[in-house]
Amino acid sequence: MKCENQMTLEFPSKSVNEAFARSAVACFAAQLDPTLEELGDIKTAVSEAVTNCIVHGYPDSIGKITIRCRIMENQTLDIVIRDKGCGIADVAQARTPMFTTGGEERSGMGFTIMESFMHELKVTSQPGRGTTVHMKRRIMKRGGKA
Amino acid sequence: MQMTSFLQDKQLTIALSGEIDHHGARSVLRMIADKIDQYMPVLCILDFKGVTFMDSSGIAIVIHTYRRMCELQGTLRLKRVPPQPMKVLLAAGMDRIISIEGREPVHEM
Repeated sequence: MKCENQMTLEFPSKSVNEAFARSAVACFAAQLDPTLEELGDIKTAVSEAVTNCIVHGYPDSIGKITIRCRIMENQTLDIVIRDKGCGIADVAQARTPMFTTGGEERSGMGFTIMESFMHELKVTSQPGRGTTVHMKRRIMKRGGKA
Repeated sequence: MQMTSFLQDKQLTIALSGEIDHHGARSVLRMIADKIDQYMPVLCILDFKGVTFMDSSGIAIVIHTYRRMCELQGTLRLKRVPPQPMKVLLAAGMDRIISIEGREPVHEM
């Protein structure tokens, strides 16, 4: 499938960057003319994935988070969020609703939200090597648009 | 993330505004817990009218507040929740345990 546009973002795993990351992806996605609801879904899923990198990928240090965002030819936003942190030993368990190893401010619903709000979600991880979250969201074409 | 609160007849209303994410969640959680411990309300209302974004960190805040109100044998209610935070709350099934009221419909003149 042909990529029509792309951007890459790299930033340190500081929680203050959560808002920056989701806003940057939303700004990039805006060229697909999404509805407010679609934009909200994308921002939410990105926020969850970036928060996972910060809380679980780099629990005791500041590391690098990379976001690659592509617009594919069929109105699909393809987002890859990657950290090189401690990784997840059991991805299936991590994706279970309400499962968390985080603090009291974590609900364990991050992956559930990502699954609900995006059309595809793939998580690959290697302990000690990091985690990659690959999400896709098709944006509905609206009337009158080319 | 900002917060203001109002107490009347053992009913504590806490108005949240801004973006709720992991970055500010811990301090919001603490502030809400402190207000509840200070006033020991029978009913706690979290007013979401001013919330412009919320991720699953907001769910943790709601769950913790709900648990604290249960300990006090009180009730938690969420009101004026905008569409984006509402979708997150519903995806987590929060409506099954807590009364959640959406934003009032806008009446066009």
